[in-house]
Amino acid sequence: MAELSLVEAVNHALAYEMANDESVLLLGEDIGVNGGVFRATNGLQARFGRERVIDTPLAEGAIAGVAVGMAAMGLKPVAEIQFTGFIYPTIDQMINHASRLRNRTRGRLTCPMVLRSPYGAGIHAPEHHSESPEALFAHMPGLRVVVPSSPARAYGLLLAAMRDPDPVVFLEPTRLYRLFKQEVADEGESLPLDACFLSREGKDVTLVAWGAMMQETLAAADALEQQGVDAEVIDVATIKPLDMETILRSVEKTGRCVIIHEAPRTAGFGAEIAAEIAERALFSLLAPVKRVAAYDVVVPLSRLERQYIPSVDRIVDAVRSVMEGS
Amino acid sequence: MGIHTSVDPETGAVRFLSPEGALCRPIPSSLSDELLVTLYRAMTRTRIFDGKAVALQRTGQLGTFASALGQEAVGVGAAAAMQAHDVLAPSYRDHGAQFLRGMTMAECLLYWGGDERGSDFAGPRLDFPNCVPVATQIAHAVGASYAFRLQRADRVVVTFIGDGGTANGGFYEALNMAGVWRTPTVIIINNNGWAISTPCALECAAPTLAQKGVAVGIEGWQIDGNDVVAVYDTVRQAVEKARAGQGPTLIEALTYRLGDHTTADDATRYRDPELVRREWAREPIARLRAYLLRKGAWNQEKEDALQRESLEEVGQAVNAYLATHSAGCDAMFDHLYATLPASYVSQRDTARRFEPKGGGGHG
Repeated sequence: MAELSLVEAVNHALAYEMANDESVLLLGEDIGVNGGVFRATNGLQARFGRERVIDTPLAEGAIAGVAVGMAAMGLKPVAEIQFTGFIYPTIDQMINHASRLRNRTRGRLTCPMVLRSPYGAGIHAPEHHSESPEALFAHMPGLRVVVPSSPARAYGLLLAAMRDPDPVVFLEPTRLYRLFKQEVADEGESLPLDACFLSREGKDVTLVAWGAMMQETLAAADALEQQGVDAEVIDVATIKPLDMETILRSVEKTGRCVIIHEAPRTAGFGAEIAAEIAERALFSLLAPVKRVAAYDVVVPLSRLERQYIPSVDRIVDAVRSVMEGS
Repeated sequence: MGIHTSVDPETGAVRFLSPEGALCRPIPSSLSDELLVTLYRAMTRTRIFDGKAVALQRTGQLGTFASALGQEAVGVGAAAAMQAHDVLAPSYRDHGAQFLRGMTMAECLLYWGGDERGSDFAGPRLDFPNCVPVATQIAHAVGASYAFRLQRADRVVVTFIGDGGTANGGFYEALNMAGVWRTPTVIIINNNGWAISTPCALECAAPTLAQKGVAVGIEGWQIDGNDVVAVYDTVRQAVEKARAGQGPTLIEALTYRLGDHTTADDATRYRDPELVRREWAREPIARLRAYLLRKGAWNQEKEDALQRESLEEVGQAVNAYLATHSAGCDAMFDHLYATLPASYVSQRDTARRFEPKGGGGHG
């Protein structure tokens, strides 16, 4: 087993699947010789050739669009969008075609593609590089939206995404790319999609998060432990379709829930989870569900981004308030 | 009459048959009389279908429909130049091509009648469904043809776009990729003069749309899109070129939309009827009929039989469409994902619980 960073785990998963399935191919801007601006595709063009690791023209809408065409004809394209701020031109293709090709043709044509993109704030990037658009994609019927929170989950979930017969939007938290390393067995073992992971067991409160926010959330759980609060932490991992059962089971056990995400608060995916809890587990609650989210503002430039991203202190404060609410 | 040039004197577009059906240059050897009759029959069937589909919409038996009236030569000529194992990525007005490819008239009606099963063609299984968003299908064609080249498959992808669609960024982005990757793609601009109510002159300041290929390193050819011989022969050359690994071609077919944009449109609001009357003198079917009649390859008896058979064929398709009951509510969930995610089960159960009893008719 090797110690891998998250971006290395992505690279290993891509390499593993390309070596084992010749229908897998990669396309995106600067992913070939350069290995991607974050090096996620480092060395893959040298290994698999220019036909299967394609440096595309700079045109995100068409990158997604040609991936749809490739996927419909039996390939498994993995398209990289260089930064999430540039992912919006793909929405036309993702919502109008990728997500509904199977449905429109009653399964005659399908779209087993993956749209990968670095995602989220926290690396002092320029404008339009730090957005968290998971809720936009989660709103589209027919898509899967997956956000890994660690190297091992990135490896296993990306393999699952490439093997899934339907389109997957795979958002990789840029802040985690090199934040830490983890033992990852590069043996082609995938992790389940459409399933939340229980990252930490506890009995007093359920903390629900995904992606990079798992860092602050787990740190908050540690801090709360010092204060005598036993927090359970759930890593949502697949935003859509959502495994609400795991969250509900936890909330029914703890009676309290705080949802943490880096995307703006209004109409963020936390609202969906809170609404489901209200509909299905209200009478298990000892306190109102709380959300700790980014403010409804444009992601600020680097000097303010730490104040934009929900902090450990904000999470701890929210948990204290739900504990007192009981 | 006999304009003995090889191009339309007004536009310079490639032409074999003048609007009067006179030869401008010899018919290429690839087109036997038998094939010309086949093209004629296909165009006529498409026109009769269109008339019936519009009538169905007017009587509330079909949803919004986009007629191909006047543009039959583009779709029919192009599809005839393809092989069965090639792939078509149509826009939303290309049923003339789709019928020749094997999509049935009943499937076409089912689609416009509001049923997804209309896009599940019994054949051709790999052709893309209609594309309603403008210009997104060009990227699909480029991706699909890239896949075929990677798979070492001997397949070409032909795609259609309207003149209005060429103003869309998606058109240029995909065209550019086709140029860089030299994919086996044939992109046909169905220039019918109008983007709903906006005339071509307000869409594009360039003298031709074919020249948009220049900017991306693709050959652009302009043809008389009302001359099915020009369409067939040009697309055949482009398809052969693509199959031989010589890359993509952009073809601008100059035609005219004699009908409304769709049944939801009223072209008399923005179009001079006198202009439309003049365009009727250039339409593709009468042109080929005049040629075939003069050549002795067609006669009134065959024409009467064709009209009769086509009406009967369309009538049978209409009956089949009207007899197809609405799919149950499960159909909304059946093909959303390969396997319905667990989180959707309760939504499907709700739909089932509120499903009207007895099912529906064609509506």
